[in-house]
Amino acid sequence: MKIYVPRDSAAKALGADAVAVALQVEADKRGLEIELIRTGTRGMIWLEPLVEVDRGTGREGFGPVAPSDVPALLDGTLAGLGPVEEIPFFARQTRLTFARCGLIDPLNLTEYEAHGGLAGLRRALGLSGEAIVDEVKLSGLRGRGGAGFPTGIKWDTVRMAKADRKYIVCNADEGDSGTFADRMIIEGDPFCLIEGMIIAGLGTGATKGFVYLRSEYPDAIAVMGEAIEIAYRAGVLGGDVLGSGSAFDLEVRVGAGAYVCGEETSLLNSLEGKRGVVRAKPPLPALEGAFGHPTVVNNVLSLATVPVIFEKGAAAYADFGMGRSKGTMPIQIAGNVKYGGLFETAFGLPLGDLVNEIAGGTASGRPVKAVQVGGPLGAYFAPSQFDTPFGYEEFDGAGGLIGHAGIVVFDDSADMLKMARFAMEFCAVESCGKCTPCRIGAVRGVETIDRIAQGDAAAVPLLTDLCETMKEGSLCALGGFTPYPVMSALTLFPDDFAATKEAAE
Amino acid sequence: MPHTPQQSLQPSAQQPSTAEIAALIDSQIGLEGPLLPILHAIQSAYGHVPQVAAPLIAEALNISRAEVHGVMSFYHDFRDVPAGRHVVRICRAEACQAVGGAALADAALERLGVAWHGTTANGAVTIEPVYCLGLCACGPAAMVDGALLGRVDFDRLDEILTEVGA
Ligand SMILES: Cc1cc2nc3c(=O)[nH]c(=O)nc-3n(C[C@H](O)[C@H](O)[C@H](O)COP(=O)(O)O)c2cc1C
Ligand code: SF4
Ligand code: FES
Repeated sequence: MKIYVPRDSAAKALGADAVAVALQVEADKRGLEIELIRTGTRGMIWLEPLVEVDRGTGREGFGPVAPSDVPALLDGTLAGLGPVEEIPFFARQTRLTFARCGLIDPLNLTEYEAHGGLAGLRRALGLSGEAIVDEVKLSGLRGRGGAGFPTGIKWDTVRMAKADRKYIVCNADEGDSGTFADRMIIEGDPFCLIEGMIIAGLGTGATKGFVYLRSEYPDAIAVMGEAIEIAYRAGVLGGDVLGSGSAFDLEVRVGAGAYVCGEETSLLNSLEGKRGVVRAKPPLPALEGAFGHPTVVNNVLSLATVPVIFEKGAAAYADFGMGRSKGTMPIQIAGNVKYGGLFETAFGLPLGDLVNEIAGGTASGRPVKAVQVGGPLGAYFAPSQFDTPFGYEEFDGAGGLIGHAGIVVFDDSADMLKMARFAMEFCAVESCGKCTPCRIGAVRGVETIDRIAQGDAAAVPLLTDLCETMKEGSLCALGGFTPYPVMSALTLFPDDFAATKEAAE
Repeated sequence: MPHTPQQSLQPSAQQPSTAEIAALIDSQIGLEGPLLPILHAIQSAYGHVPQVAAPLIAEALNISRAEVHGVMSFYHDFRDVPAGRHVVRICRAEACQAVGGAALADAALERLGVAWHGTTANGAVTIEPVYCLGLCACGPAAMVDGALLGRVDFDRLDEILTEVGA
């Protein structure tokens, strides 16, 4: 009997380790032969710890499982969820980037290969740099870190830059609230990221990579480090990638708790051992990036999607999605929802379907009030905008952004003035300090919102002006986009900002 | 094979010696851009970056002491004084707020009688805000000395705080 228990940190935060121990202890006590396999998570976080049992007829799910459920689980009397992949939340997905996440032991390279791993790299090894970049262009893949810049075009700039040293930097700073896909794939399928980075190296002529991982993710740091060591021992990384004669070295670097270091130039400064202050562009990192050399900076998901593009072909990938949003997006459903977790699907699903059907509405059972899409710099959406299809241009057109595709749901107990205040406060705490509208403006923003809260209606136009100034005068999106959540909260939920609010309560 | 960034020597005593710090610096100095890895190595050994480290780092990297301080102060992670015996971090970010994170944080601060970044009078616990732990689908989230907790309610947090002596 094979038993699968996730080692993902969300599963662990909900008690998965204790369940794994209880399973082994109980099995030993019974003299029962079990094979206990620790996997990544399937992404159905409301079911974690989600245990899967395979008695030879496929993987049946049980969850959430507590240690006290273990005897019944082994007796075969515990009520289950049926075949895991038939659970509607899972069955409705198109899992390309996350195909192996939750399925296999993340550090078992043999299993990785048995499930399609390294096929993309083997194919890329037979192609020229130009052909590799063309394949990525053809796939329509756009940056999953927020800005949605076409990945193939970025790679081409680096490929054509003349330099004796180039770098691939993976942005695993994932600071946005409501997002956890980078963490999930690193903890659940780290070889996939390694494979994507090697292909990026082959395509651009870079022979060294860094994974810049936030310090708030200790489990991901550990798994990534182990995976890199295994990949070196297996000859996947190193001076002779899979015997091809091409070299690629890879290192993990740990961040130090600064949100702004997710911004690519700030990240590069941090990597170089400097203060994480944002750099002016130009020069583009693609031409003068890490240590002054041409550098690809890509999000984890952008890079981790590259292997499947090479395995299945760019055209197959581009068949999914709509308009200029090609392929699939791992959407992270968070906050006050019944079914929270990771939902990978082709672009195009309306926001309302995600919130009401996939996420099942709020966990509290109260009406949905607002949904923040795209992290702390993303706009709030009201239910009246739920027909907006999930895509880059579509969200832009609705006055928002998809960012790293986190959606955070709030019920009607949310106070949107408080959320706007928090956005300003967060910007003030995390500002790199380079531009005044961001550094000082965010502090003024908090004060101005406090005045509104005290009933000073004259402060509302001040807040609007301030947001305008921050938008216009900020070098990066931290100062430049903080007005999105603030202004959307103000515009969509004026009652929460009404001068009569205090009196009415 | 490149160095793994987390490796740290086990210092023999809590009181940092120049030799120990020099060894920690040495363990990372071969990396490209070694300053953050050095600071992490020292902090993971001592729980903070002791005063005596800055001049040693500055000398090893051929930068000014002011630069070392400038970098240290930029990042929320690095501390120049020791924290309490346990560090409790509570997520303040939006997804956790959507499920009662702010009330949980307020209750925790009140229970400990300190403000954010404060340490209890008995030195048991330092409490810090954190902006997202990647547990946004199972908030409110917290981290106690590196162990993650999801769906934390006040009773659970109270239990933990009692366990760690606060
Ligand atoms: C304040 C700020 C924070 C950011 N944080 C992240 C992050 O955590 N992860 C990420 O991949 N991109 C982040 N970005 C976007 C990066 O600057 C950059 O666009 C991205 O890493 C490029 O990779 P991609 O093209 O694969 O998306 C951030 C940008 C800003 C302005
Ligand atoms: S907008 Fe803010 S974070 Fe961005 S560069 Fe300016 S000061 Fe730094
Ligand atoms: S918002 Fe709290 S863990 Fe992400």
